[in-house]
Amino acid sequence: MVKLLSTEQMAEFANSGCLFFDGLIDNETNKEFLKDIGHTDIENVDNMQKYFQNIKASSSIPRIPAGTPLKNAYPHKSPLEKIFQNEVVAGAINSLVGSEAVVDHQFLHLTFPTKYFKKTNQRQMSQVNHQDSTIDPRITFDIQLFYFPTDVTKEMGGTRYHPGTHLRIVNEMGIAKYQNIKGQKNIVCKSGTIGIFHNGLWHGAGVNFSDEIRYMFKVRLQPTEKQELLWDPEKKYKPLPNKALYWTDENQEKTVNDILMKSYPWQEADTNRLDKINTIKFWRMLTGHKNLDIDYWLTRIENELY
Amino acid sequence: MPKRQKVLVLYLKFPSLEAEVISWATFDGTGQKLHMTGDSDEPPYPTGLDALLDGWRLFQSSQAIPEHPGEEFRTSYLKHEFFFEKIEEGDF
Repeated sequence: MVKLLSTEQMAEFANSGCLFFDGLIDNETNKEFLKDIGHTDIENVDNMQKYFQNIKASSSIPRIPAGTPLKNAYPHKSPLEKIFQNEVVAGAINSLVGSEAVVDHQFLHLTFPTKYFKKTNQRQMSQVNHQDSTIDPRITFDIQLFYFPTDVTKEMGGTRYHPGTHLRIVNEMGIAKYQNIKGQKNIVCKSGTIGIFHNGLWHGAGVNFSDEIRYMFKVRLQPTEKQELLWDPEKKYKPLPNKALYWTDENQEKTVNDILMKSYPWQEADTNRLDKINTIKFWRMLTGHKNLDIDYWLTRIENELY
Repeated sequence: MPKRQKVLVLYLKFPSLEAEVISWATFDGTGQKLHMTGDSDEPPYPTGLDALLDGWRLFQSSQAIPEHPGEEFRTSYLKHEFFFEKIEEGDF
């Protein structure tokens, strides 16, 4: 049995564009993954390309073309198959892109430590902010699953990301000029952590100031079915009614709508309102409730009488 | 003495220099400091006006461009961009 996401987790994804499952994959599988790729100390690595080639030649990361169904993608009993069969990972994938998703892209990202750049006399720079692939105005979305087989400390420069940017339509490195964005986060996590990003989320790799190689295995998954209530097959979700105007209840518990309407420190005063409108449109798509609204944002502008 | 340009780019919360800084980038033509993506979590100044007060000279700002008809709700790049410079003299 897989564990589908809750409505609150789906709302968190719709608003922030990401979800994290800290230390989800067991240590045995993490060690097996590292052994499989031939992980070694940086002292033993003279050439980055050669290290990549060895991984490609000997690991169980399969040679599969884009469009391969996820369920056939990874070798039987391989660490990657175990990861994708984890009930939480499988449940999150089924909730977001369905059970018939296909692999769009896979890559083992390696971030080498300072020692390597000194040894090879190269400038060590962080990766610029970008949105993956290319400009993508679809309503359909893909997810990118990130697997961290080792602990990632702050000095290891884990993936930098910008929550809430996923619905902004930009062209890949067109955002590279934003060196720093208020509210930026860096992944700091335990080994076995899984992160799931909406394909539009702005991100980039940090600089690894530690003495260890940092690894991140990324798989982009594409749905083959409509992404409507995949996490709620019994269709229990019902939109909340409008809140009372002027009156507030300070004791009220946080609702799904509160999760959906969360703002971020990087959002402009004017465009923040459009970000909210686009989140509501995204939630309409995910829930199948074509007229739902939150805080009257869409009802107001859809009240066209001429 | 040779002169070099330092460039500071600030993105503000709304299109007025008194607005809060929400994103920033620095490029140091003197070579004294190599700035890169993700190198600071706190902005160099709270607002654009604070950069002026510290001697940065504004040389370009983004224009207000009306949204394209039919695309009024589409969001994209950060909108309120301000380029500043400082010219430094030294033995570079």
